[in-house]
Amino acid sequence: MIRKAHTFLSFRSTSWSARRLQAWLSVASVALLLLLFAIGALWAAGQPIVTALTLRNLPPSAAYWFGTDWLGRDMLIRTLQGLQLSLQVGLAAGIMSAAIATLLGVLAASGKWADRVVSWLIDLFLSMPHLVLLILISFILGGGVQGVLFGVALTHWPSLARVIRAETLQLRQAEFIQVSRRMGNNWLWIGWHHMLPHLLPQLLVGTLLIIPHAILHEAGVTFLGMGLSAQQPAIGIILAESMRYLSTGMWWLALFPGLSLLIIVRCFDRLGHTLQRWTDPHRARN
Amino acid sequence: MALLEVNDLSISFEQSAGWLRQRYIPVLHQLQLTVDAGEVVAVLGASGAGKSLLAHAILGILPSHARITGEMTYRGERLTPQRQAALRGMDIALVPQSVAYLDPLMPVGEQVRHAVKQGNKRERQRESFRLYRLGEEVERRYPFQLSGGMARRVLVAAATASGARLIIADEPTPGLDPDVMREALGRFRELADVGCGVLLISHDIASALTVADRIAVMYAGTVVEIARAADFAGDGTALRHPYTRALWQALPQNGFVPLPGEPPQLGERPHACAFASRCSAATDACLHEQPPVRELRRGLVRCVHAS
Amino acid sequence: MAVIRQLVPWALAQCVKLLLLLAAVSVASFGLMELSPIDPVQAYIGADMMRVSAEQREAIAAYWGLDQPPIEQFGRWLTSLLQGDMGTSMIYRTPVTEVLAEKFTASMWLMGTAWLLSGLLGFGAGVLAAMKEGSWLDRVIQWVCYTLASTPSFWLAIMLLLAFSVWLGWLPVGLGTPAGVLREEVSIADRLHHMILPVLTLSVVGISAIALHTREKLIEVLHSDYVLYARAQGERGLLLVWRHGLRNIALPAVSLQFASFSELFGGAVLAEQVFAYPGLGQATVEAGLRGDVPLLLGIVLFSTVFVFCGNMTADMLYRILDPRTREVKA
Ligand code: SF4
Repeated sequence: MIRKAHTFLSFRSTSWSARRLQAWLSVASVALLLLLFAIGALWAAGQPIVTALTLRNLPPSAAYWFGTDWLGRDMLIRTLQGLQLSLQVGLAAGIMSAAIATLLGVLAASGKWADRVVSWLIDLFLSMPHLVLLILISFILGGGVQGVLFGVALTHWPSLARVIRAETLQLRQAEFIQVSRRMGNNWLWIGWHHMLPHLLPQLLVGTLLIIPHAILHEAGVTFLGMGLSAQQPAIGIILAESMRYLSTGMWWLALFPGLSLLIIVRCFDRLGHTLQRWTDPHRARN
Repeated sequence: MALLEVNDLSISFEQSAGWLRQRYIPVLHQLQLTVDAGEVVAVLGASGAGKSLLAHAILGILPSHARITGEMTYRGERLTPQRQAALRGMDIALVPQSVAYLDPLMPVGEQVRHAVKQGNKRERQRESFRLYRLGEEVERRYPFQLSGGMARRVLVAAATASGARLIIADEPTPGLDPDVMREALGRFRELADVGCGVLLISHDIASALTVADRIAVMYAGTVVEIARAADFAGDGTALRHPYTRALWQALPQNGFVPLPGEPPQLGERPHACAFASRCSAATDACLHEQPPVRELRRGLVRCVHAS
Repeated sequence: MAVIRQLVPWALAQCVKLLLLLAAVSVASFGLMELSPIDPVQAYIGADMMRVSAEQREAIAAYWGLDQPPIEQFGRWLTSLLQGDMGTSMIYRTPVTEVLAEKFTASMWLMGTAWLLSGLLGFGAGVLAAMKEGSWLDRVIQWVCYTLASTPSFWLAIMLLLAFSVWLGWLPVGLGTPAGVLREEVSIADRLHHMILPVLTLSVVGISAIALHTREKLIEVLHSDYVLYARAQGERGLLLVWRHGLRNIALPAVSLQFASFSELFGGAVLAEQVFAYPGLGQATVEAGLRGDVPLLLGIVLFSTVFVFCGNMTADMLYRILDPRTREVKA
């Protein structure tokens, strides 16, 4: 009974419709920001990076919002291009990671032994610091884009795999699946027609939640010098270079690229969490 | 002078609708109730009728977005939030439904000692444990280590040890073994016999009647009748309200007559008698307004046609 | 004593688990390194590449046993590993075990302090936010936490460096010890001075998870039936949170903190790189960049044990401290 009374707590201050509006607003603002960024990135992609020795080391101004570097390159263009690259790698790695997670999650739900093997694999991958594993994988693959891509993909799947596993197990027990099974449909058919549509929202949210981590880790390894090569305009590279000019007071070389990365990552994170709350209001909280 | 008097108590919950507008969802309306020292008053009602909210309102522990109107007095003095805060646990004690209301990580002896507000805490706790046949080793146990009956006794022991004069007891969780249930209810009778007032919240007429002096029947957020236990007899002609009579007649020993229909949802503001849709005696007169409270045969009733 | 009797089988199981894990990690990493395009001989020679003849290369390969088939190399590596010998680091030219010991000691101070600080600060922030649930303070704390979780830690390190060392000039720009000073002469004060910024970075990075978790848990507890009952008994405010709140959230929080060794280590790698702090993190980067296979393998194994210990401690705390798992139902 007292429990009942407490359901009124959920009425508190925000009703369902107001909360939905908030969620919409948050999604809309994030989408707007990402759109702005996309436009910026498109614009930047068309701009050649010019080295102009007369325009070296300029602090931010109306003409050069993010300032220029020691070769006179426009930092705004470099940042946008770098972000775009980081984002592409992060997205690709996140999607690969989600694919691994789905595969292993569904596999784990298929039988006792498969489950044991998969949970042991999860243990294995969770038992090493992500970054060390990333460095190791990058090293093994000889660095470069593929190193980062595989490194990030191979390190970020465990938590989503767990979700998919639990969800699949639950689905298998569900009434309609059982009925379909009794009607003689095989698992493959059921998986495609009945399970996938239910797993899809989880998968989408899971992938969205992996992406921010993937981007941050990509930037991290690249910063350490083990990711994308120094010729590529990645954010990690830009920030690593900026370290050399810190003592000369060129703060803008580090501040803006990093801040932009932070904002983009925060956008993805926000989007992921909002959608998570949407698809699954019970488990939503974190 | 009554120990506790509740007059015209209404509670609603604030809910924001859209951006700036606010809405109030009424849950209790104009509720009347008194509890005297030395008596057990049972509040009966289906789940969802708002019984627990009444208990929380008296204790002043409703969530912050609840809006309360009406008047409550304790020993003749108004219960303001300040006074409630001072009386909670001192003069007014709650006996919750189940062991889930005990801190899972604190030994139960310590929890009962926290309930003691006057005198030597350890002595009073031991004393009330002895009273309820709880061995000393129980003190050091955690809630999960108690059996259902023991947990019940610990909860009552806490209320006894607190020295409160008004006990608000939520009926033990259904599913408890009948002996334990009977014993638990017996405790409340004992407490009343030594001079406490007991407000027993229940949804089971049969068990409530074994200990209560008076019964307040709730329907859709208000008290529709207050009857003496003796009125529940025979085919229920001494009862005042059709709902009470229907409840009484639905008992196995009284004919097992089922009451069709569902109670209305919480949150609807009554413009007519809330029971009208299920009442066999309903007439047009019942639909004009919520029937006012009337005194009838040393009880109360909220029905136009009661006589 | 019953506790100990229950713990023994569990501890044995954990040991077996760790051994299996280490075996898998070593086989996998060793195997993969064999497949990698990196040439360990080149890593050893480093910049002197041009001046080394083919014969010399072969001599070096023979010296390190690199001319043997992979299985044999692995066998040799494993037998010495079992004897406590992890080989010799190619870049530091000292046994890997010594490098690990020295670098880890340095990192331990850094990680330990940051671990404690972030735990305390995060816990405090979480409790505060939960107690004021829905207030502006709660919102600010949540916002900061979510933002911190999206912040690249190395960028945060750079910003701190910029603020405190370059602009304000309060703290040194880098290095665990001042350059040109012998290790023995470095005073504790000096060392502390150089630790402030790395510790600060690492602490700030660690706050977010623990604060959000604590907030969540405490809100759950404050809405629980037992807190409602406690309030009905007249308890309120700080006393209530102290008596029932902290009791019920302390264990999960401490456990979470122990289970976060993986992120701690990762954070240390980045922070040490920015501040040129000579710890295990920097050694990891060096080993990766310059292809020091023995050291990298050593670090991988060591960090696995490190993370495992954290997770095991988290688990063990529950077993020892939570009465519900400690005793069987009476
Ligand atoms: S007022 Fe009318 S409808 Fe309501 S209980 Fe009485 S007779 Fe029935």
